[in-house]
Amino acid sequence: MREGALARRLLIGLALTFLTLFLALPLAIVFVEALTRGWQAYRAALADPDSIAAIRLTLIVAAIAAPINIVAGIAGAWAIAKYEFRGKSLLTSLIDLPFSVSPVIAGLVYVLLFGAQGYFGPFLKSQGLQIIFALPGIVLATLFVTFPFIARELIPHMQSLGNADEEAALTLGASPWRTFLMVTLPNIKWSLLYGVLLCNARAMGEFGAVAVVSGKIRGLTTTMPLQIEILYNEYMGVAAFAVASLLALLALVTLAAKTFLEWRYADEIAAMRRH
Amino acid sequence: MHQFAIKPLLGRLFATAAFLFCFLVAAGGVRAQTMLLNVSYDPTRELYREINAAFIAEWNAANAKKITGIRQSHGGSGSQARAVIDGLNADVVTLALAGDIDAIASRTTKLARDWQTRLPNNASPYTSTIVFLVRKGNPKGVKDWPDLVKPGIQVITPNPKTSGGARWNYLAAWAYAERAFNKDEAKVRAYIANLLRNVPVLDTAARGATTTFTQRGIGDVFIAWENEAFLALAEFGADKFEIVVPSLSILAEPPVAAVDGNVDAKGTRAEAEAYLRFLYTPKAQAIIAKNFYRPRQPEHADPKDIAKFPNLTLVTIDEAFGGWAKAQPAHFGDGGTFDQLYKPGG
Amino acid sequence: MSAASGRIGASSWRERSVLPGFGLSFGILVTALSLIVLIPLAALVLKAASAGPEAIWALASSPRVQAALRLSFGAALLAASINLVFGLLIAWVLVRYDFPGRRFVDAAVDLPFALPTAVAGIALAAIYAPNGWIGSLLAPFGIRIGYTAAGVLVALIFIGLPFVVRTVQPVLAEMEAELEEAAALLGASRWRIIWSVILPPVLPAAMTGFVLAFARAVGEYGSVIFIAGNVPMVSEIAPLLIVIRLEQFDYAGAAVVGVLMLLLSFLLILFFNLLQAGLRRRLGHV
Repeated sequence: MREGALARRLLIGLALTFLTLFLALPLAIVFVEALTRGWQAYRAALADPDSIAAIRLTLIVAAIAAPINIVAGIAGAWAIAKYEFRGKSLLTSLIDLPFSVSPVIAGLVYVLLFGAQGYFGPFLKSQGLQIIFALPGIVLATLFVTFPFIARELIPHMQSLGNADEEAALTLGASPWRTFLMVTLPNIKWSLLYGVLLCNARAMGEFGAVAVVSGKIRGLTTTMPLQIEILYNEYMGVAAFAVASLLALLALVTLAAKTFLEWRYADEIAAMRRH
Repeated sequence: MHQFAIKPLLGRLFATAAFLFCFLVAAGGVRAQTMLLNVSYDPTRELYREINAAFIAEWNAANAKKITGIRQSHGGSGSQARAVIDGLNADVVTLALAGDIDAIASRTTKLARDWQTRLPNNASPYTSTIVFLVRKGNPKGVKDWPDLVKPGIQVITPNPKTSGGARWNYLAAWAYAERAFNKDEAKVRAYIANLLRNVPVLDTAARGATTTFTQRGIGDVFIAWENEAFLALAEFGADKFEIVVPSLSILAEPPVAAVDGNVDAKGTRAEAEAYLRFLYTPKAQAIIAKNFYRPRQPEHADPKDIAKFPNLTLVTIDEAFGGWAKAQPAHFGDGGTFDQLYKPGG
Repeated sequence: MSAASGRIGASSWRERSVLPGFGLSFGILVTALSLIVLIPLAALVLKAASAGPEAIWALASSPRVQAALRLSFGAALLAASINLVFGLLIAWVLVRYDFPGRRFVDAAVDLPFALPTAVAGIALAAIYAPNGWIGSLLAPFGIRIGYTAAGVLVALIFIGLPFVVRTVQPVLAEMEAELEEAAALLGASRWRIIWSVILPPVLPAAMTGFVLAFARAVGEYGSVIFIAGNVPMVSEIAPLLIVIRLEQFDYAGAAVVGVLMLLLSFLLILFFNLLQAGLRRRLGHV
């Protein structure tokens, strides 16, 4: 009653060909190009002070963006998943909005607000504050594009879990915070972690939004993706792909961490899904 | 049961973020005093890398207040001017053309209108011109401007709305056509329209256009900064490309200026002005020639570098177009000749 | 903190709930949403409106803007559709078949989520450019992918690839094989089983993935600009047009193009979401 062996092989072959063309090749070429001139050139490319500064800036931006997104994401998912209220689907659509807003627009809006010619420009100038072309602008643009990630993972999961666990805990006399920390958080930790991983990967890799607000000051406001573009445009293909390979490695580590957790806690996840 | 505790992780993340933030704010404060920011156009990346090292060495040898470094930002000249207008904290701007620095002076209060008279040679320590880069052996036989409008020739040039180099390209072509057609405006316009019809890609900046032509293999002829063309030969080998010198071109003067509002706020006026004056010194002039820009004082450069520059007829923006103040709105403003004549995909 | 607010449930716009924390969580959500997303977007709309109706209309009806919007939305829809088909296929293969390296492939599907778009952009350009690995194989046949609209499509397929797979996979995995076996015992053909037993529960999930892939693809910038060649009217995407406008000092023009994009994608996504909700109701899901 199942497909014959031939059909099965055909389907597998088709899927794998598609994945090879669109996933494996791009990943492979990053490392091939990075190492075309050997390890020495690769290490030298990464030791460049501007590249190191770019790596540091990228880490800082991600470290600021992640906690803010975690709080907002959990709060958002709690409000959406645990209650019924009017306008909920509109609110859900608004949370998803940054997904469909071009990263370029995400950068543009902050230029319009905080640029010297922007709505708050004169005020910021009088206060001596710099947002655009500095760290705060880069963080804001990153927050914009990563805003939906965590809530998006949590909402369907929390909806499928229902409210029974929390209601039971409250009935047994647990305080609301205790209920949240001891019942809800453990229940949602996998989707939360998944959301954080994706959010972090996006935060470290965002290009369009950050490009608009960065000013591209080498060594100061260039994140790793911008540094890649700069190097690429300076005919330093090896260096560009070397920095790219770091981000590709980060992507691989992200995937490996996720896979490992899924494998290690397979039973728990299965239990969670049966819920 | 739940081995993976979220709460301590959250706490740790917050602590790290808070620490990093403080660190950055503190570090930023210390750094700002002794750093200059040079906001420049696209092809000067290699030039200023060398200039900056030389200037810092010279300044620090003579002054107690050391300069720890000069930061660079590069992009299309128009976009860079826009960034400075939007608040990019440039100490000095070194852009492709006076029109872009004029825009900073007219749209902000950061720069005095007479900036171009504050340094010699129209505040342009080096000049360049526009030449053609073709593939080795010149397979399409491109010799001069008329060849660019032939059917089947693909011409690479960046977008003059964002790229300063592209504006020089455009005006060089216009100046040629005015001479060739004896100022017959209809014919000049037809020539430019035909030229633009042969352009398959409009990159936003000169370096992107170079990449399109050299690395992506698009186009038969690339209208390029002379320095960018030489750099492409040096980077990719003279066996891949060759330079074609047209019968007439334009004298491109990329000017420099210290942004008054920014240097006064940061207390870097002395350094910024010394930096710009340094560009006129024999040492800098030699570096300029080495990086394929035409120095104002060729006697200070290595004669071998100077010998590379071909002799050709150059018109200036002032004599052919009455200066940038006229050329910019007439050709590149909203509804200017470029908007009228560029019909993409048509 | 605001346990009391949980009991305000009497208010007409929301149902009563015993769970506390509505006020707090709703407050955080709305505050963050407003500060990070809504107020900035309002500034965008304000700026666009400042251009005046004539200028807005002139921009909206200009062939170049229309071509860019058509390309961005068309290519995103096409890429999402391709991802819908291949996403279903890949999810099916991963759930139903065992083959060497299956776990590895399963993990690798998420790569586009994790790989920065700029990295994807230069990698795809290196592969599909006329002198790249695959581009050079296709060039002799006159097929060009890099620096054409096809390049845009390739980049958008890449970034949208995991969405359908990941939304469909759990549904397929949970589906009881007994149902299919029963249908088979009752003499239903394989196609009929796929059509009336497997597809109905999978479809809403696939739809979710499709919408996500589409939404992501419409605004994509980083990976596209490296491979598209950015030829006006041919391979110039709407986000790039915004950047170009911005770099020309035309803030209002940039904002207008941005608002046009926003309106179009919000309407489309709302439409897809309603469609999906309807689909779920008709197929008997919650």
